[in-house]
Amino acid sequence: MTYKIKRDAMEKPFALDVDTDSICQPPSSSTLLIDRTFRMFARLGVFVVLALVVALVLEIGVKAIPGIQKYGLDMLTGTVWDVGQQQFGILPAIWGTLYSSLIALLIGGFFGISMAIFLTQDFLPARLAAVFRTIVELLAAIPSVVYGLWGIFVVIPFIRPLTDVLNESFGWIPFFSSTLSGPGLLPAALVLAIMILPTIAAVSQDALRSVPLKTKQAAYGMGATHWEAILKVMVPTAATGIFGSLVLGLGRALGETMALAMLVGNSNQISLSLFAPANTLAALLALNFPEAGPNEIGVLMYAALVLMVITLMVNILGSMMIMYAQRGVKA
Amino acid sequence: MSDTQPPPSRATPSLQRKFEGRALRSMVLSGLVWFLAILTSVPLLSVLYMLITQGGARLNMEVFTELPPAGFEMDGGFGNALVGTFFMVGIAALIAIPVGIMAAIFLAELGPSSKLATAARFAAKTLTGVPSILAGVFAYALVVITTGTYSAPAGGVALAVLMLPIVVLTAEEAMRMVPKVMKDAAYGMGCTHTQVIWQIVLPTGMPAILTGVMLAIARAAGETAPLLFTALFSNYWLLQEGHLAVMSPTASMAVLIYNFSGMPFDNQLELAWAASLVLVMIVLIVNIVSRIFGKPKF
Amino acid sequence: MKKPLLSTLVVAVATLALSSPAFADKVRLTGSGASFPAPIYLSWFKNLNKANPDLVVDYQSKGSGAGVQDFLNKTVDFAASDSAMKTEDMAKVSEGVQLLPMTAGEIIVTYNLPGNPKGLKLPRDVYPNIFLGKITKWNDPKIAAANPGVKLPDVPITVVVRADSSGTTAVFTKHLSAINAEFKSSLGEGNTVNWPTTNKFIKSPKNDGVTATVRQTPGAIGYIEYSYAKLAKVESALLQNKEGKFVAPGNSAETLAAIKIPEDMIAWAPDPEGANAYPIVTYTWMIFRKNNNDAHKARAMRDMVEFGLTEGQKIADALGYIPLPQSVVEQVRKAAANIK
Repeated sequence: MTYKIKRDAMEKPFALDVDTDSICQPPSSSTLLIDRTFRMFARLGVFVVLALVVALVLEIGVKAIPGIQKYGLDMLTGTVWDVGQQQFGILPAIWGTLYSSLIALLIGGFFGISMAIFLTQDFLPARLAAVFRTIVELLAAIPSVVYGLWGIFVVIPFIRPLTDVLNESFGWIPFFSSTLSGPGLLPAALVLAIMILPTIAAVSQDALRSVPLKTKQAAYGMGATHWEAILKVMVPTAATGIFGSLVLGLGRALGETMALAMLVGNSNQISLSLFAPANTLAALLALNFPEAGPNEIGVLMYAALVLMVITLMVNILGSMMIMYAQRGVKA
Repeated sequence: MSDTQPPPSRATPSLQRKFEGRALRSMVLSGLVWFLAILTSVPLLSVLYMLITQGGARLNMEVFTELPPAGFEMDGGFGNALVGTFFMVGIAALIAIPVGIMAAIFLAELGPSSKLATAARFAAKTLTGVPSILAGVFAYALVVITTGTYSAPAGGVALAVLMLPIVVLTAEEAMRMVPKVMKDAAYGMGCTHTQVIWQIVLPTGMPAILTGVMLAIARAAGETAPLLFTALFSNYWLLQEGHLAVMSPTASMAVLIYNFSGMPFDNQLELAWAASLVLVMIVLIVNIVSRIFGKPKF
Repeated sequence: MKKPLLSTLVVAVATLALSSPAFADKVRLTGSGASFPAPIYLSWFKNLNKANPDLVVDYQSKGSGAGVQDFLNKTVDFAASDSAMKTEDMAKVSEGVQLLPMTAGEIIVTYNLPGNPKGLKLPRDVYPNIFLGKITKWNDPKIAAANPGVKLPDVPITVVVRADSSGTTAVFTKHLSAINAEFKSSLGEGNTVNWPTTNKFIKSPKNDGVTATVRQTPGAIGYIEYSYAKLAKVESALLQNKEGKFVAPGNSAETLAAIKIPEDMIAWAPDPEGANAYPIVTYTWMIFRKNNNDAHKARAMRDMVEFGLTEGQKIADALGYIPLPQSVVEQVRKAAANIK
């Protein structure tokens, strides 16, 4: 095994005695062959990653063609989903996906960014900060199906009395215009908010940490209070990165399936009410895919394509903003 | 407050009052952020509390050794689901880890700024954003339809799609953290790329690579959506009466929790909580182990 | 010629196949479909496996529509459906289709009201209108009139219907269409119908999901198989039958026996006659291919059917199903020979 580097040869690089086992010799042809083969395999790995994306897009895109040809844009604007009548409209599902994600983003974003500020802006001794950081990371580690179970048995019974009060007193506001039966948009969005909070907190922390210390010191030097420095200097400086974190959180929310399928109520309607049952694209796929006939497969693949396009656009936007933010900081 | 203002001092009463207002605001905001941070931990504590009280009450040896109960039956467990989850995550790891690390080697060492690498990095980032249900749709079309049956390999492929980008991106990051001087020293002695990678980059970056691999495994173990119509579920053991049923529907913890959570029977609901507790413990243990591995050593 | 073979098998199964296993090879059958008979099928297959360890039948409750689809996609060996199978779907199976009614049950209307009043009476001009979204409050005068003495709260009715393609829905809507012209014209019947989209209609997958959602939601109503109500201990309403009498589920053997099974094994009774007849009763079917290219599997399936017809019928009543009438058992046994 002449190509193996001896550890001691590395540690004594100036040893002059010629050692046939040393690496100080031109690589043999077998070494080169191994090198070339290995590099080929590495390249192959890269091609697999690329091929996977292409295959994913093609598999879904090509299978969606019959659905697109048959139903075209009508499907995106239709509101009725009736397999019996072969009527397929996914507007309520698109609406539910966006609406639940936006509410989750509002709540999760507010908490996530607060958490990021809390963890990076000297509120805590390092040890306590580690505790809170672990809490956020643990939130990310819990599987979504467990959140769904928790949502059914904890969140819904907990918020039901509150929603009844809101409906009674503020029923004229469209958001509170119905009572919460059980599954519905609000419990789904709340659980979704908890699920995207860790993403937002983690990426925002990175953004806040990458602001040079000098910037903050300058703010303090000018007599700014702790919070003036945070809100007027740190957050604006890290704004692009923080915004990127929100976009990534949105991307995560849009594609989340199980917790929503368990909590949203699967009702194909468009309603502003937070307490009404709704539907999402991912839940529609999870519930309808197992029973889809050849015609419905095309329709569902079309819905999958819509979901993919929405999430990919949001995710790419988020990644680009974070990349831009990092470059900005470096420059 | 204007930028040119001098720092507040006790000498001027008007400024002092202004400062008190600002200080008060600062305190209120600090209080608020403390409150929000503590509020954020409420869901976690609530989930853990439910898992421990509801799941812990049902946790005994039987749940690990018995098969899932039919509707009205008492007792039972999720032994087969636990086996199925390990089996499918294993298949996914066998696919995703070698491919992912190979790709990461190329991205980090062989052609970091090549067009191919840029494209692959973009592809991997794109894959991390793919909704997990779409991985299931993909594996259904690719494996289930082709083989004509729901199976563990189909579930494994779906999970691998989700694991691959995590492995690629974290492993690349890990290899990039290997100090350049170490690599330069080896190159300077005439090592080939392969030798540098095997002797320097991989051993040095291994802890961080393992962290990524562990995180990917933890993620895959908890996924439900990709398994719903690839592995489906099974009420029997993978190895039933000495017959290894690889190419037939396979149980998993996540799908069991999903199925049982929608049932009206108390026994199943208790098992869903117990299964959740076990699943969360597995995921957390993998996470903690990865953290121990991942402590930077240089 | 078949008779002795079958009876030997029955004996073999009954004696737990102690000395000589019935199979040289181990067989694993996979099936999927209806959630309606899932509790009874799952216990059959567990008992069957205990009696004959070489035969594993793995059944997944996914809903009738999904089961038929799996069958068409050939991802399962057999399917189960409460809405039988559409003729055009049967035409797609080149191997030929054999449907066998394996058990029967009643579809009940379950509810969740504060104070858990038992035996709520629902007249025939009321329950179709609840599912049409026209009666929306529990204290609606029409419900109150039928239930003197029951305290009905002023809460909206949350209607829980099936999210998946379901045979239970098909049978239930077939009945509602038979008794209510408006239901027939606006919603019709089928595995999936276009339920009204209001804030008070929630969809949940499978019989399990509907039962669980009703159980967890105060003011909810839903339709499920009687077995789910019995096993999960939820209330079932008394429905008014054709003769105008309010009947509780649980005694439908006579009603079932009145439904004659034709050659193709498919028969319905959308609104049965009889003073004491519970109005929503149906058979539920297993679906097989006539020509299976695996002789072991075909034999295993015939054994499974036989087990269901003999041992299986004994537990039907206890689980909230209706045992098949003896004449139907004979018919099914004969037809099962078509599975080759």
